[in-house]
Amino acid sequence: MKRYFREISVTLALGLVLLGLAVFAPAFYQPQPLLSLVTREAPTLVIACGMALVIICRQIDISVGSQFSVCSVAAGLLAAHGWPLPLVVVAAAVIGAGLGAVNGVLVAGLRLPSIVVTLATMVTLRQGLNLLRQGEFVNLPDGVQWFGLSQTAGQWTLVGAALAVLVACGLAMRHLAAGRWVYAVGTDAEAARLAGIRPQLVTFLVFVLLGALTGLAAMMNIVQSPQVQPLAGAGLELKVIAAVVVGGVSISGGRGNVWGAFAGLLLLACVAPALTHLRIEAYWEKAIQGAIILLAVVADGLRSRPGKGGRG
Amino acid sequence: MATSPSSPAPLLTLRRAAKSFGGVRALRGVDFDLAAGEVHALLGENGAGKSTLIKIITGAHRPDAGEICVAGRTVDGLTPARAQSLGIACIYQQPALFPDLTVAENIGLRLDPPGAGRRVDWRARRARAAALLARTGASLDPEAEVRELSMPEQQLVEIACAIGAGARIVVMDEPTASLTAREQERLFAVVRELRAAGVGIIYISHRLEEIFALADRVTVLRDGESVGTHAVRDITEAGLIKLMVGREVAQLYPPAESAPGATVLAVRGLGCAAAGVRDVSFEVRAGEVFGLAGLVGAGRTELARVLFGLTPADDGEIRLDGERITPQSPRAAVARGIAYVPEDRRRHGVVLEMPIAENMTMAVHPRLFPGGWLRPRAEKDLALGFIRDLAVKCAGPGAPGGSLSGGNQQKVSLARWLATKPMLLILDEPTQGVDVGAKSEIHRLIRRLAKGGLAVIMISSDLPEVLGMSDRIGVMRGGTLTAVLPGGTGAPAVMAAALGQGETQGAA
Repeated sequence: MKRYFREISVTLALGLVLLGLAVFAPAFYQPQPLLSLVTREAPTLVIACGMALVIICRQIDISVGSQFSVCSVAAGLLAAHGWPLPLVVVAAAVIGAGLGAVNGVLVAGLRLPSIVVTLATMVTLRQGLNLLRQGEFVNLPDGVQWFGLSQTAGQWTLVGAALAVLVACGLAMRHLAAGRWVYAVGTDAEAARLAGIRPQLVTFLVFVLLGALTGLAAMMNIVQSPQVQPLAGAGLELKVIAAVVVGGVSISGGRGNVWGAFAGLLLLACVAPALTHLRIEAYWEKAIQGAIILLAVVADGLRSRPGKGGRG
Repeated sequence: MATSPSSPAPLLTLRRAAKSFGGVRALRGVDFDLAAGEVHALLGENGAGKSTLIKIITGAHRPDAGEICVAGRTVDGLTPARAQSLGIACIYQQPALFPDLTVAENIGLRLDPPGAGRRVDWRARRARAAALLARTGASLDPEAEVRELSMPEQQLVEIACAIGAGARIVVMDEPTASLTAREQERLFAVVRELRAAGVGIIYISHRLEEIFALADRVTVLRDGESVGTHAVRDITEAGLIKLMVGREVAQLYPPAESAPGATVLAVRGLGCAAAGVRDVSFEVRAGEVFGLAGLVGAGRTELARVLFGLTPADDGEIRLDGERITPQSPRAAVARGIAYVPEDRRRHGVVLEMPIAENMTMAVHPRLFPGGWLRPRAEKDLALGFIRDLAVKCAGPGAPGGSLSGGNQQKVSLARWLATKPMLLILDEPTQGVDVGAKSEIHRLIRRLAKGGLAVIMISSDLPEVLGMSDRIGVMRGGTLTAVLPGGTGAPAVMAAALGQGETQGAA
């Protein structure tokens, strides 16, 4: 109970918001708008799963927004060139993994601080994309939007895929030795190294995984519209990191899980529709989201830190 | 207490100074005095109370009891700032300068009048820095950035600060630890000059020859007590060593029961330039506890890290069970049957946030979890086994490592490595920061493990522990193994070897 205090409190907060909406704004629960809302958040959830792992590993990646844009445009161009859709999905994930590998090599291989490395790759990727594409949209061929399915079927596919990624990550972190390594490295990389775990390899791999998931998320995003927007990923990193931190993943590494990140994401995602349905001005959205993030960070800061005592 | 007749009131007097940290009595009523124009050496083993004494003099620690007099006046509530204004300066082994600022700026920060709003007179700053540096005999550019200076040059800057502050009492904490012979000579010249100018110098060193070359008097500390102050010309090296260790080894240690078996580890000419370890040769046999003694910084932990593949060897050979190995990583070392319980268990041993069970299985994932799937039952069984075996006092295998006492944390750390079923177990300061009861429990445990056929290397700075536990004692000094002494060797002989005395005779 105590161990999962943060996850439980976020879930409770989410439950309260949903309950409040049920009482004061039952219109929120109309199936089609709700499905659309959830579908819009599906790509973010997929990235949040990867981000949770990176942050548990005591790293951070603020270049996911730029990776997302690059993957979106690349996947769109491949689709426009007539690549079959399944191959485009794989290609998006591979391109993302490659971008993640660049971050991984710089952070794990050269032992540079991840915040600086990913700040640099964020800017480089974004500006590189601007330079190459001049902000041009990519028109997708027929049969790409909603994978050629009906809108509802496409939406369910996306939501299902995102939930599958969530469950896979959640189970892996709990039941695979590799998941244990991520926690161990994030808590005490030197102790992990002494125990025969390879911290640099683990760090590299979580960045690659995050990249691959970002590529997948980009794919999940572009199929929702007939055109690829080159700026689709702008600001995404903040949204993802906020969801993960609100969900109880400690920014100093070593604790948290993807389930909490899921609850955190839903909580933040509910703010805007809740305001609309409660007829509160939308200006408040960012302020309320900011307050939630602040609360989460303060809760982290107040958590007792056992390692702090003096030498005995 | 005899004071020298030439100075009516000593510069500094400590009477019955006492200080405890938690339950540990670091100083138990020490008397100490320093006259103007003398070099007074302070000598003692690791943990004898030298640092605590220094920190009381510089105001960093407030004594629990006792009296401090500076120039005949009693001082209450000495703080670092007050100590400075009374003319007390301390030159640490690692100079505390700002690396990105120039020499003149560093000196200015210490000596300029206070006030955040005042204008800095750069020209005066530089001129004063140059003058002070000249007095130390240093040919340093005041405009040089401190990060570009060598350690001894930085020490000279510290000394220049002390001179500039008009210090009358200068404390030097192992100033020569990282100096070459020539740099050392220059430092000695500066010290002699300060002495001639009437400054009182408290000089801490482990090198006896320096004390005889430089000091006028020497005070020996042991277990937080002063065991005597002597004029250097009235005492011999052997006499000093005897004072430092002169206690009987208490009979708390479990006796050796096992006859050592086959050779498990054989090291020949082992060296690693990066770790500062060179030309180490020794053997450890199954069932044997091989103690590694030496002063802090003698290279014991570094040797362990070479054996464990943390800083791979670049010279010599390691044979484990007759087979030549070259561990390149902890992973490889573990696979070969070497286990290393590190020194700082709070930092790199037990992961405080992790449950005990996860801590214990951390080094055996490949064996315990084939295919990479966690097996909670197997993990719990293994943890329960060790909790019972090592008598770990805990709420259960799910309790976090941080909820345990120091001794029990050490057992968890030990369990992690025993789980790897090693042939060779390297323990680095296994009882550091552990209370007396848990300490003897761990000692019995080490004995039991040795009896079970494990080869054990035990690094310890606790001399009685090394003497009491070891079947043979290796002594390190300056990155190499200088002597291997039989178990039961007396403390003076081990200390002499650690200090570099009597190397030619073997056991003195």
